[in-house]
Amino acid sequence: MPLLQLHDVTVQFPEKGGFLKRTIPPRSVVDQVSFQIFQGEVYGLVGESGCGKSTTARAIMGLNSLANGQILFQGDDLYQMSRASRKLRMKDIQMIFQDPYSSLNPRKNVWNIIAEPLRNFESLSKEEELAKVQELVERVGLNAESIYQYPHQFSGGQRQRIGIARALALRPQLLIADEPVSALDVSVQAQVLNFMKDIQEEFDLTVLFISHDLGIVRHMCDRIGIMYKGRLVEEGTVEDIYERPSHLYTKRLVAAMPELNPEKRSEKVKQRRQINEQYELAADQFFDSSGRIIELRKISDTHRAALK
Amino acid sequence: MEDILLTIHKLRTSFQIHGKFYPAVDGISLTIQKNEVLAIVGESGCGKSALALSIMGLHPSDRTLVEGIIEFQGRNLLQLPIAELNQIRGKRLAMIFQDPMTALHPLMIVGRQIEEPMNVHLTLSTKEKKHRTLQLLERVGIQNNEQVYQQYPHELSGGMRQRVLIAMALACDPVLLIADEPTTALDVTIQAQILELMKDLQRQSQAGILLITHDLGVVAEMADRVAVMYAGEIVELAPVRELFYNPKHPYTRSLLQSLPSATGQKQKLHVIEGIVPAIEHLKRNGCRFASRIPWISNELHEGEPILHEIAADHFVRCRCHEHFYLPAERMGDESNASITAT
Repeated sequence: MPLLQLHDVTVQFPEKGGFLKRTIPPRSVVDQVSFQIFQGEVYGLVGESGCGKSTTARAIMGLNSLANGQILFQGDDLYQMSRASRKLRMKDIQMIFQDPYSSLNPRKNVWNIIAEPLRNFESLSKEEELAKVQELVERVGLNAESIYQYPHQFSGGQRQRIGIARALALRPQLLIADEPVSALDVSVQAQVLNFMKDIQEEFDLTVLFISHDLGIVRHMCDRIGIMYKGRLVEEGTVEDIYERPSHLYTKRLVAAMPELNPEKRSEKVKQRRQINEQYELAADQFFDSSGRIIELRKISDTHRAALK
Repeated sequence: MEDILLTIHKLRTSFQIHGKFYPAVDGISLTIQKNEVLAIVGESGCGKSALALSIMGLHPSDRTLVEGIIEFQGRNLLQLPIAELNQIRGKRLAMIFQDPMTALHPLMIVGRQIEEPMNVHLTLSTKEKKHRTLQLLERVGIQNNEQVYQQYPHELSGGMRQRVLIAMALACDPVLLIADEPTTALDVTIQAQILELMKDLQRQSQAGILLITHDLGVVAEMADRVAVMYAGEIVELAPVRELFYNPKHPYTRSLLQSLPSATGQKQKLHVIEGIVPAIEHLKRNGCRFASRIPWISNELHEGEPILHEIAADHFVRCRCHEHFYLPAERMGDESNASITAT
């Protein structure tokens, strides 16, 4: 059984508009998205800004409410449970946020930041709590002394490690990482990515990894879902997506990745032009009559794409 | 050599911190020629934006010291009175800013904003200005230019706003464009479009571009020459092919190795240990990268590292690169070390 299943998840944001700013029919930011994540897997959710990838993650965390659909965690519907049992289950799902500068409370020291989830769910004595926090801090590669320091005393990469330590405090089963490195410099990014990989293997974590950077996703993930305008347009293993992309949008994204070889510059430009032209010509093949992206179709056992 | 647009000589830009001045740009010398894209690449805090703002004269004079020579078409910009500087910047010397969300005036229609530099530098009638603005919008790839002219920035997407900013920079036909992270705030597909657009415009106008970025992918796609900056200094300067195929300085090589590979091998990423020291704590004698590669002993660094020309147009600071090996290189994996993307 998959650890996490999303069935036709739809998130709508109410909109006001028209005459007298009355409420008009809501817009689906995430529109009937379904995918599954298995135990121990790193699933990448990729798309451009505004495609709904973060909203999907927030819906899993319960930070956005669902208009439709189901989210099953270990087979249980997170949105059908009582508040109390839901709270207990959410202990197993933790999140790492994008911006390490705004996701840590500046007025709390590292000890209090990391201990907060422990205090919510486990009743530990002060000594036990300290031991646990110190263990976590050392595990993420920071000095044990640093638990008395405040976030502003750390660099961006170190802060992101504190965020990761906080997420790991309760030994979650599912970790949701929403663009965990996009605010970091290249060399620091490498540190955090390596570290996340180690942690993932060590704790056998299941990770939902959200990013717009296809290079990083390729490096980190086992399976990938590509989102566009609130819909999933393609899903498959890393090989499916990068070697055999089927949907033109995926091809377009892959082609837009900056080419690190200056020799291939003009070749790349040509390829991009070609794909963009194809995309404009064939656009109606990917949308139904109402302009909605069509349903995913199975291509192979691991590969699905929104094609006719 | 008459094609040299800008010569920077021993530029030093210092910021005041707790009453003392600390240089963020420390002795940079560069030239940019006509029809050339020179990329400055480095991580946050290395001084690349401070360099751009020094050229444009946008640092507040009470808290920054800018020393050295910035010679643009034969005149030292640092010595010019502000009125004369204003004759140059916005006209022959223009800048594209990083964040299209904040660089535009939210209460002014786009057309008027593009016309602003024309009001200052050119004597055109209202009709001529509008005509020119519509042409500019068309040149930056905005098809419905009549409509966009009348729109406010919030009505446009990020990519469109960046196009508007580029149109604004091009308003008075600059000969040198300074682009400070022009695509950092944009999505990959939009980034590819904007880079292509800049390249096309540069080819048409033969202007020089100083491209400031932290993204080696953008460098590989755009630049003719590359300067790698670390802690306020240029550590390596080379033509783009040379830099990607034959990088020398330990910092350049480490940076290239720390990128996730585009070919999808899931080996560990290279990590540069340690952090860049804050400018008030930076040791200013000796090789500034030495603390990040502690296994290279002190004798192998130069006392006063200078830029050595090791091949035609390829400059590297300090001799330590001769003794430096990355873990991947040490394992005899030479082919993988210089360039990860093939």
